[in-house]
Amino acid sequence: MSERAAPTGFTLRQYLICLSGVVWREGLRFLHQRERFVSALVRPLVWLFIFAAGFRQVLGVSIIPPYETYVLYEVYIAPGLMAMIQLFNGMQSSLSMVYDREMGNMRTLLVSPFPRWFLLGSKLLAGVAVSILQVYAFLLIAYFWEIEPPTKWGYLSVLPALALSGLMLGALGMLLSSLIRQLENFAGVMNFVIFPMFFASSALYPLWRVKESSPWLYYLCEVNPFTHAVELIRFAFYEKVAWTSLALVFAYTSAFLVAAIIAYDPARGMLMRRGG
Amino acid sequence: MIPALALRNVSHSYGARKALDDVSFCVSPGSFTVLLGLNGAGKSTLFSLITRLYAARRGEIDIFGHNVMREPGAALRRLGVVFQARTLDLELSVMQNLIYHAALHGIGPIEAHRLGQAALARAGLADRAKDKARSLSGGQMRRVEIARALLHDPRLLLLDEPTVGLDIKARADLLALVRELVQEKSLGVLWATHLIDEIANDDPVVILHHGKVLANDSARAIVAEQGAANIGDAFTRITGAAQEKLSA
Repeated sequence: MSERAAPTGFTLRQYLICLSGVVWREGLRFLHQRERFVSALVRPLVWLFIFAAGFRQVLGVSIIPPYETYVLYEVYIAPGLMAMIQLFNGMQSSLSMVYDREMGNMRTLLVSPFPRWFLLGSKLLAGVAVSILQVYAFLLIAYFWEIEPPTKWGYLSVLPALALSGLMLGALGMLLSSLIRQLENFAGVMNFVIFPMFFASSALYPLWRVKESSPWLYYLCEVNPFTHAVELIRFAFYEKVAWTSLALVFAYTSAFLVAAIIAYDPARGMLMRRGG
Repeated sequence: MIPALALRNVSHSYGARKALDDVSFCVSPGSFTVLLGLNGAGKSTLFSLITRLYAARRGEIDIFGHNVMREPGAALRRLGVVFQARTLDLELSVMQNLIYHAALHGIGPIEAHRLGQAALARAGLADRAKDKARSLSGGQMRRVEIARALLHDPRLLLLDEPTVGLDIKARADLLALVRELVQEKSLGVLWATHLIDEIANDDPVVILHHGKVLANDSARAIVAEQGAANIGDAFTRITGAAQEKLSA
C-alpha cells in the first residue's frame, strides 16, 4: 500500500483515548503539584472562616431566591467561593498554557493529528474536571462548618452547574492564554481579570444591595459572566434553575470557546500574528 | 517516489519582517537531510509551519503528499518532531510521558506501554521508564524525546537543533542513533543545525540564510561547486557572498 493511500481518519475509540489521555495527564500534574491543591482549598476557606465570620454581623442578607429563610452570610457566599475556585482554576490553566507554550509542551499537544478544536476542548474538559474535584473538596470541609444544601441531592444537582461554569471560566482562560505572549504579562491579567470579576459580582453581596449604592456598578455586575456563574451554582445547590443565568453562561461559554479556537487557529490565530 | 517532505515556494513574515522567502526543497524517504543555518536563519519558523503551529502566508507544504493545511490529520500522523526546547513533562515519569504522547495519536495505554518499552530499549534507557523525567541528563532527555517522536511510527522525523547544550559524547550518540534509524527504518529525517561537524559528505544539505535557500545539494557537491576545502568553508563562502550582495 502506498503512503498516499494510508488511512487518515480516527475512530471514535481513538478520540476517546486522546481525550482520556489529556484528562489523565492533567490529573497527574494536579496530584504532583500538592501546593496547588492546598492553595486552591485554602483561598476559599480563608474567605469562609475569616472574612465571612467577621462580616456576618455587618452584612445582613434578606430573603432572596433561592433561599426561603434568612441565611447566614457564610451560606450566602459559599456559591461565590465555589465559583471562585473555578475562576482561579481557569486562570491557572491558562497560565499553564502560556508556560507550556513558552517551554514547548504546548507544541506536543498542537502537533497531534487530531483536530485542533478537539485538542483544545479536551484540555478544557481536563481543567474543568480538576476544578470540580477542588470544589467538592471545599464542600466537604464546608460541611463541617454547617454549609450544606437543603437536601443531599443538592450535591448532585450542583454538578451540571459546576461543569458549565467551569467550562465558561476555562474557555475564558484559554482565550486569555492565546492573547498573552509571555508569562511576565500574566500578573497584570490576573489583576485585571480575577479581582474585577470577583468583586463586581453577586459572590459577596446580593445585587439589590449594590443597586442601592451604585446603579452603574449594578449594571456592570449584571453583565459580568462571573455573576451568572455564581447564581447558576447558587440555585443549583438548592435544586433550582436560574434560567437567565443558565442562558447567559451558555452564551458566554460559546462565545469564549469560539474566540479561543479562532485564536489558536493556525491560519487566523494570534500565535501567527505574533510569531508564536 | 513521493517525497517525505516537500516545500514549494514557502514564504512567511511576522508583520513587516520577512522570516522565510520563497523556500523550496524536498526530503526523500531514507535520507538524512541537513537544514544548515545560523541562529535567526528561519529554521524554527520553518519547523513551526511544517508542524502547523501556524500557517504559511504563501506556498505549499506536503508530508507524503498530504498538504499540512488541507489534510492536517493525515499529514501530522506521519510526522514525528523533536523541538529545540525540551518538551518532556518533568513532573511525570518517562513512561507516563510516552503514554501521554501515544494518547495524542489515538494509541491506548496498553499498546503505548508495549511500544514505549521497545522505544526506550532502542534508546538504551529501558531501565529509566519509571524515573521522573526531571532526573534524566540532557542527552537522556533528548533520547527519550526521539523515542517519543517515533512512538506512533512516523515516516518523517524533524529535529530542530537537537544537540544544542549536549556534551561531545551525548551529541555523537544522538547523531548515531538517528542515522541508524534512517538506515533501518528508511525514515526521512530533516535535521536542523548550525553545527558543521554533524554533516557527512553524502548528506543532502539545504543552506538557509536570512530566510532564503542559498544551496540545496549533497554536502560533497556543494563543497565541489564552491571549490572549498570542506562544508564549513563552503558555508562561509555562500553566506558571505549573500551578505555582500545584501549590503551592496
